[in-house]
Amino acid sequence: MARTIIPFGPQHPVLPEPIHLDLVVEDERVIEARPSIGFIHRGLEKLVEKKDYVEFVYIAERICGICSFIHGQTYCQAVEAIMNVAVPPRALYLRTIWGELSRLHSHLLWMGLMADAVGFESLFMHSWRVRERVLNVIEATTGGRVIFGSCKIGGVRRDIDADGFQSMLKELTLIERDIREITRVFIHDNSVKARLGGVGVLSRQDAYDLGCVGPTLRASGVAQDMRQLGYAAFKDLQVEPITRTEGDSYARCAVRCEELFQSIDLIRQAIAKIPEGEIAVKVTGNPNGEFIARTEQPRGEVAYCVQANGTKNLQRFRVRTPTFANLPAVVKLLQGCDLADVPVLVLTIDPCISCTER
Amino acid sequence: MAYFEMSRLALKWALTKPPTTRYPFEARHALAGSRGRLVFTKDNCVYCTVCAKKCPTGALVVNRAQKKWAIDRLLCITCGYCAELCPKKSLELQTGHGTPAITKDLEFCG
Repeated sequence: MARTIIPFGPQHPVLPEPIHLDLVVEDERVIEARPSIGFIHRGLEKLVEKKDYVEFVYIAERICGICSFIHGQTYCQAVEAIMNVAVPPRALYLRTIWGELSRLHSHLLWMGLMADAVGFESLFMHSWRVRERVLNVIEATTGGRVIFGSCKIGGVRRDIDADGFQSMLKELTLIERDIREITRVFIHDNSVKARLGGVGVLSRQDAYDLGCVGPTLRASGVAQDMRQLGYAAFKDLQVEPITRTEGDSYARCAVRCEELFQSIDLIRQAIAKIPEGEIAVKVTGNPNGEFIARTEQPRGEVAYCVQANGTKNLQRFRVRTPTFANLPAVVKLLQGCDLADVPVLVLTIDPCISCTER
Repeated sequence: MAYFEMSRLALKWALTKPPTTRYPFEARHALAGSRGRLVFTKDNCVYCTVCAKKCPTGALVVNRAQKKWAIDRLLCITCGYCAELCPKKSLELQTGHGTPAITKDLEFCG
């Protein structure tokens, strides 16, 4: 049978961000997928030469519009490690709380997009309806909806008082109730299960060999979560990686659904244990050294490599984003799949192309 | 395996108040603590230019000799760094977002 190449993207209804795939198909079956990226490169890493290391927090946060806070936090962790800054414990707890809120809204966004990709419009709208509640909590505590702007080198900019925590807990109860209703549809509904079950199976060995990270890796049975490293306040909290063994699109969806409850639980744990005290320390001087910081973003592990040479501008700054690590898995998953499954398989890794291309 | 999970939820939500508002006919109320429009108060300002030097996007222009303070609203990202640094507390972020910028020119305040 003759082979045909079908271009997929960079503009495609299922893609929130631009990525291009050349799909080599025989009839309706994909034989090979050749990805090409670079449509949304902004040169953010180069900006370290223009902005000093303190101002660069704002740029690090803008690498991604969804996991913005964790980008800023990882950057701050790297610079703080180079400068030997002891961040106050309260600031570490606040970072943990905001990081988990960020994971909540990111996973809810993905669930909406996935529901949209499988043609379940009402579920899409209601996933985002719940996400709006999370965004309100974020706005009330940080001042921003997706760009938090509350992390800085040496601590955080804002504190949350006891009333703020009480209203956050109250709102979390409502959010948890809504999430429970929505995830019941994602996990038990016949149509969702039939559409995602058995689609794009990634074996445990393949997931590990291809260097997958985050929910994509955990859905294939590898219990790896960077939060177990104990950064920020995670050393004091109970974090167990959520895993599934099936490795298909349904398992990746189920892992994210369960992680929503894990995040809510972590926020509650953090609020219960948060110590009193300062929220930031004064940082003076310029960084000199090199450090690689690793954190768990909603999409998986992110690694920040920061090199500093004692001046106010960093010498080199490099980010390895989770989507970049998961792209080889997409190429593997697309080999031999049906053409109609391509949108689902691309979405299943929760691609964030803006992060990847920076 | 479950059937009609979504129908049950859709029915429940159909009977509750809509989460959306009829913007722009109904104004959105900013949450307390939200980072909105940057406002400048002339009274205390000593035109030290710290805000202009430290603004991450270079949105502020301060002229000490002429005692002028100006902002490019299209560049401002309402991060609040200037308000945090201002020694005289002349800068403050409101919770509301104010009116949209209708010109690319600098907005002179005070």
